[in-house]
Amino acid sequence: MSRILGVLMLLVGLYAALLITVPEAGTTRNFFVVANRQGFLGIITIGAALLILSGGIDLSIGSVVGFGVVLFAYLMESGVPPFPAAALVTLSGSVIGLINGLLVTRLKLQPFLVTLCGMFVYRGLARLLGGSINLTNVREAHPEFTSSLESLRLVLVGKDATGAIVFPVEFAIMLLLAGIIGFFLHRTAYGRYWYAIGHNELAAKYAGVNVNRQRVAVYMICSTLAAFAGVLLLLDYSTLRSDNAGIGLELEAITGAVLGGCSIRGGEGTIVGIVLGAMVMPVLNNLITLNGLGSDIIPVIVGLTLLIGTTVDELIRRRSRVNR
Amino acid sequence: MSSPRLVVNGARKQFPGVLALDGVSLSLAPGEVLAVVGENGAGKSTLMKIVAGVYTPDAGEVQLDGQRLHLMGPADAIHAGITLIHQELNLAENLAVTDNLFLGRERTTGGALRVLNRREMSERTQELLARVGLPASHASKRVGSLPPGEKQLVEIARALGTNVRVLIMDEPTSSLTQRETECLYEVIDGLRAAGVSILYISHRLAEVKRCADRVIVLRDGRNAGELSKDEITHDNMVRLMVGRDMQNYYPAGRRSKPRGAPLLALKGLTYRGGPAAPISFDVHAGEVLGMAGLVGAGRTELSEAVFGIRPITVGGVQFEAKDIHIRSPADAIAAGILLVPEDRRLHGLILPQSVGFNLSLPNLDRLGSTRGVRRGAEREFHRTWIDRLRVKTPSAVQPVGLLSGGNQQKVVYGKWLARNPRVLILDEPTRGVDVGAKEEIYTLVDELAASGVAVWMITSDMEELLGMSDRVVVMHEGKMAGELSHDQLNEEAVMRLATGGGAA
Repeated sequence: MSRILGVLMLLVGLYAALLITVPEAGTTRNFFVVANRQGFLGIITIGAALLILSGGIDLSIGSVVGFGVVLFAYLMESGVPPFPAAALVTLSGSVIGLINGLLVTRLKLQPFLVTLCGMFVYRGLARLLGGSINLTNVREAHPEFTSSLESLRLVLVGKDATGAIVFPVEFAIMLLLAGIIGFFLHRTAYGRYWYAIGHNELAAKYAGVNVNRQRVAVYMICSTLAAFAGVLLLLDYSTLRSDNAGIGLELEAITGAVLGGCSIRGGEGTIVGIVLGAMVMPVLNNLITLNGLGSDIIPVIVGLTLLIGTTVDELIRRRSRVNR
Repeated sequence: MSSPRLVVNGARKQFPGVLALDGVSLSLAPGEVLAVVGENGAGKSTLMKIVAGVYTPDAGEVQLDGQRLHLMGPADAIHAGITLIHQELNLAENLAVTDNLFLGRERTTGGALRVLNRREMSERTQELLARVGLPASHASKRVGSLPPGEKQLVEIARALGTNVRVLIMDEPTSSLTQRETECLYEVIDGLRAAGVSILYISHRLAEVKRCADRVIVLRDGRNAGELSKDEITHDNMVRLMVGRDMQNYYPAGRRSKPRGAPLLALKGLTYRGGPAAPISFDVHAGEVLGMAGLVGAGRTELSEAVFGIRPITVGGVQFEAKDIHIRSPADAIAAGILLVPEDRRLHGLILPQSVGFNLSLPNLDRLGSTRGVRRGAEREFHRTWIDRLRVKTPSAVQPVGLLSGGNQQKVVYGKWLARNPRVLILDEPTRGVDVGAKEEIYTLVDELAASGVAVWMITSDMEELLGMSDRVVVMHEGKMAGELSHDQLNEEAVMRLATGGGAA
């Protein structure tokens, strides 16, 4: 609870700083842009956070996003209409998650290693499938897709044909997902299993939980969300490159999860915290950019924010342990 | 006798390089408490894990109420009514008591959605907690915040929730205080009356005597014998376990010798995070000072403060009547104060590394120069200590984690003895160690004391305390409750002080 309060205060502070230092940031458009980014990051953060709280880790998220981007464009250029193409890309994420999960549970490989390899492999596959990705190419190859591509864009990222943002749909999707995942996490037996596995896998196993099945399921959720995020990323930005689309997102997702109260040791975290944690970075980015500080300073600030956040948390935790 | 609840017939289990079980059989009646004893490596744990569905036997069978079982995992066994309460507690400490009681068999609604039915679970939780004598308010507490004894009771409550027919307890009291152990006995008596059959594994023979209806003894993976209720005596059990008579494994003879001067003295010491009451006592050269107290009395923490792990806030430590400042374990080691920690697997050894690696670790300064470790000298060093302590290991390159508990403990001793300790702090020196190795460790400790080492022995094992100590200091809730000389030393006096009863 104190963790949620902490990240909430951080978030409020960032918004306040944004509005005070850059009064012109208070436009609906700017809020929508930030919210869309928060939604996008939130979707992958939810997946990453589920893995972390159930004791796993996924370093391949960014590459899976990139792979999703390229596969989405490739399928459409090959003649698959946008809606089924988006569904197929999302499904490909499930397959990737299944592979990660089986390698971890059946071959008993370490999650760090499996997903580190995945990070290279899926990035490599993305680069083999295409270099520079552009929705214009899709429209030129298949003019008949133009209208359904526009409606997909409106439905999933809230941008109209001109590219102007109408509504932060990605944020709404994130909230919907958070509702569904949160329900599973906090209200069903599955969520109990994830927490138990994250804290003490043996305890869960001895209690009769099918640990392997649960772990595979969580890997599948994580990669599915990442591939779906690839669809969103391409619809949002239209032009991307396969060698850097989504790169480093796994670290942003892990950062969001940790800010939101997930312990890297597993077994801790709440859906509300995760969503709030994922909302921090986009506001921070916006604050820095609009203050004209240049994007080069962003990694430093992100790193320091996370370091200070975890230090404060650790100190609070230590104090409460002593007092108990 | 009614028809048996559980029968094991000719169970056999081969692990790479070890035949853990070679045709073991047992039968267990409804409402019977059957103790299974044997040295470490005798096959007790393997047998229990076969019954609990963790391992599949290579040959032989397990029958429950006359039905042959084919267990594919612990979940199958729990479903059949067999629950193992494991040596390392198997609870998810980040979850509440209720969540743990229903872990793996949540009451749910909504079909495959498996939405938790919280009301039903909390009602059932109240019943289960009442059966093990825990207060109803514990339901929503995080398991991690409970003391070890209560965690154990939560595990038992969990088993009761599965309508358990056979309950397997593997060293259930290893982390319990005397009072918690008594609570456990009461719960066991209740279960027995309710017709639950119990398989009880313990190294503590006094406990076996207290609560078992019958004892079977395993040795080297085979049945070594069986004792009925009136045959259960300490000597009978030990004889069957080791296959020879062992009258008294506590060395005597040194007792008459006078102790030396005080070597280590605590002067009004308090440490960070510890109780406010200052602690003062001495350990003399050539004596074994026993330290008794319930778990949580602050004994381990105190030893850690002296060893430089916990910062000392007030007072200090004198060594040979001179003040010394210990800020880190390195300072303590340099002064000749060495600690054999409570949890050897966590603090005493680097388990995946070899016996030799572990022996060398604190002695590298003597085995080489800045240019590297002298291989020949190191090999010689390993040979010396493996032989001297009779560590049963194929070679010095064997990973220490593959040795039995007793042999692991000997390696911990070896790495310190090579440094010629002046003060040796032993924290639970024989926990999880089998009877044969215990005897060797006691002899070793006795020899060390006789050679002038000051031994400060923290122990929760009453027999060990009474058998080994020249003098005993008893702790209670972070304070010194009293001191007992060898003449005043008896179980009652120790327990009275340890439970806050004050001196007689």
